[in-house]
Amino acid sequence: MSQAETKPPRPVVEMLDVSITFGAVRALDGVSLRLLPGEVHALMGENGAGKSTLIKALTGVYTIDSGRVEIAGVETRFATPAAAQHAGISTVYQEVNLVPNLTVAENMLLGREPRRLNGIGAIDRRAMNRRAAASLQGLGIDIDPGSELGSHPIAVQQLVAIARAVDTDARVLILDEPTSSLDADEVARLFEVMRRLRDQGTAIVFVSHFLDQVFEISDRMTILRNGRVVGERRVAETTQLELVQLMIGRDLQVLERLDHAAHEASGEAVTEQRLPVLSAVGLGRKGSLEATDLTLFPGEVVGIAGLLGSGRTELARLLFGADAPDTGELTVRGSSRRRLRSPRHAIDRKLAFCSEDRKAEGVFEELSVADNMLLGLQASRGWLRPIPTATRSTLVKEFMTALDVRPADPSLPMRSLSGGNQQKVLLARWLITEPDVLLLDEPTRGIDIGAKTQIQQLVADLAEKGMSVVFISAELEEVLRLSHRLVVLKDRRKIAERPNRGVDVNDVLEIITGEPGGLAEKERADA
Amino acid sequence: MPETVGTVKALGARAMAHRLFWPLAALGALLVVNLIATPTFFNVRIQDGHLFGSLVDIVRNGAPVLLVAIGMTLVIATRGIDLSVGAVAAIAGAVACVYIVKSPVDGAAGTAVVAITMALAVCVALGLWNGFLVAVVGIQPIIATLVLMVAGRGIAMLVTGGQITTVNNDAFAALASGHLLTLPVAALIALGVFTATQIVVRRTALGLLIESVGINPEASRLAGVRSRTIIWTVYVFAALCAGTAGLIIAANTHSVNANSLGLWIELDAILAVVIGGTSLAGGRFSLTGTLVGALLIATLTRTIPNIGIPAEANYLFKALVVVVVCLLQSPKARAVLQRRGDRTPTSREEAVA
Repeated sequence: MSQAETKPPRPVVEMLDVSITFGAVRALDGVSLRLLPGEVHALMGENGAGKSTLIKALTGVYTIDSGRVEIAGVETRFATPAAAQHAGISTVYQEVNLVPNLTVAENMLLGREPRRLNGIGAIDRRAMNRRAAASLQGLGIDIDPGSELGSHPIAVQQLVAIARAVDTDARVLILDEPTSSLDADEVARLFEVMRRLRDQGTAIVFVSHFLDQVFEISDRMTILRNGRVVGERRVAETTQLELVQLMIGRDLQVLERLDHAAHEASGEAVTEQRLPVLSAVGLGRKGSLEATDLTLFPGEVVGIAGLLGSGRTELARLLFGADAPDTGELTVRGSSRRRLRSPRHAIDRKLAFCSEDRKAEGVFEELSVADNMLLGLQASRGWLRPIPTATRSTLVKEFMTALDVRPADPSLPMRSLSGGNQQKVLLARWLITEPDVLLLDEPTRGIDIGAKTQIQQLVADLAEKGMSVVFISAELEEVLRLSHRLVVLKDRRKIAERPNRGVDVNDVLEIITGEPGGLAEKERADA
Repeated sequence: MPETVGTVKALGARAMAHRLFWPLAALGALLVVNLIATPTFFNVRIQDGHLFGSLVDIVRNGAPVLLVAIGMTLVIATRGIDLSVGAVAAIAGAVACVYIVKSPVDGAAGTAVVAITMALAVCVALGLWNGFLVAVVGIQPIIATLVLMVAGRGIAMLVTGGQITTVNNDAFAALASGHLLTLPVAALIALGVFTATQIVVRRTALGLLIESVGINPEASRLAGVRSRTIIWTVYVFAALCAGTAGLIIAANTHSVNANSLGLWIELDAILAVVIGGTSLAGGRFSLTGTLVGALLIATLTRTIPNIGIPAEANYLFKALVVVVVCLLQSPKARAVLQRRGDRTPTSREEAVA
């Protein structure tokens, strides 16, 4: 902050007080962002904080409702992404948007191939390869421009995408999650290219959820939460702890502390030595989660804490067989098995899994609420043994009431229900199968506060009746409130596991960031 | 008085909103056109204890398309499609006819029964092949079934040795031209398969699981639905339906021509399914809709010569009717029609009252 005021370099992009509304939702609320030449600027925030919306507002994908965008001091409005690119703002998205069966050079110069006869003749391949080779060399990327793009690993393809982007004379380069599918060496290579570009004066926007990487490569960061900017920091002057606190906010903390204390007593009873219902040893999958151990006792809620991209969803999916693990063993009720090959196997062993992506992986919008509820049980019985009509109506009635699904009409199509009620129906689907282990991935995301409380209560009740629950949520408060034991993940690795006794949000943040919560302690004392 | 007008209007609006309104309306319109062209079109007479007449012919001649369309409905509901049904029909016809011809007692009813059984067994194998490619290997259905669509004709040619095989077996011929309780056997078979399918699909959980796979494959997998088994089942069923249709067609001509039997029948079947309101994107399906669609296509085929349209324009005319029906059924067209209906003065009065 102080640096910028003493000697302000002219920003190449300045967004001032930008707002975007989708229907009733304020996706961006008075957001300001400035990008300086020769700086790597990280854009930070949890899911739904507004990072992608901000990028799309800058690159002309979305039209802004109010506010201004200035490019090199001139107010500009891009009608299309092409216009933004023309003005020197290039974006490289997470999925590489190139053509794998063309050559590297063809990809780099697609749409602006050098031609013979002053631009009207056939494509001049030699000139094309020469030009591509030159710009690849400028970035220190040593590959043959005549080779097929698809023959290179994803990391190299990503570098080619970047080379293509900067070859169009980019003043601003936006990299959206460029490292999510790269291993450590490949990340180092990417960073080398990024540094080279930065030193040439390009402004780079870096979006990533890997904290260590952000701190390694960025010079400055803007932190978003719920569509607002909650801070702009120079990386040298901030800590991971402060960043995470800004990202997730700490609003409900005092309230949570109360009922947290209430359930600690019950937590102790559970940790007595009993046979585990599920135990995973070294369960892992390349590119999604390092080998992880997890043991689950009957009647226990294990909370998984970790930021977006920490591997929390991946862990649940590996436990359920939704993704096949390639290392490790999973024992359910004493029966050893190297891995669960499919959800079907997991369900037969009395596991249940509520995905975080309700729409894509949970609901059947066109089917009725009743059908949605009974589908899990019906799938287990097979198509030849339909659930008898009497049982059907009893079950549906029972769970509509127990979970307070509204409107209370099971014949309505699922799409007519709100998110919270859809979530209840999905919970009912699994509860009807009478599982021993319930894996809940973000069961309360995007639902109203009433339904949220009901679902939290339900989880506590189920555990009391002996069900084991793995509870995953981006909200640390919620995880702390419900779990008996806490597992902390970071960068696709388990970094801590401890009983949830006397643990508070700051302790978890300390574990995640590896820094003492001095700042937070002080703040709390002030409050 | 205005009240009754309002009620009638409301009923009309509700009928128009029904999925099958436009297909049924088109069917009715075609019948009226035929009646005008041939005043005796609706006449049905009994001769030798059999029903005869244009309407009976429509049902009888529409039987193969209806059969194929029933199987196709279930395949489409799983987000699939089966292009190989025509070729499968040809193979079924070829197997049955060649067996009968080679049999020493080629006129016996028993021979026909064995021939039919053999042909259907071959169809099961073909369906398993399609299902294997789609469900296990994971090839897109349109490509996977294209394999058998092309190769199947070749297989049928191999079976018949490239000859048009003619059979002389009364029991076999009865599949197409026979009558039972005054009704043509072909129509009875098709309607029987229709009823049985409807019952199996709605009384067991097959229909629900087919729809779930078609609506959201990933959610189905996570809910533990054995999608592979379901997909396999529908492709085997579709091949069985196609085989039955092939047998009826072969029986109708007492012969099999591997090149032409069931040619383009997959297109008629897909049209019947689409007209019946089942989306090609999979999910909810309507067998009743398919029945109406198949009858519409059969009636259309009959109408074209009846109103004197030259045979060359046959396909063009068919295409026009299909396009119009599909357009009228589309959500956009329905919304426009609905708004029109609302703007009439009567309904406005109603709204005020």
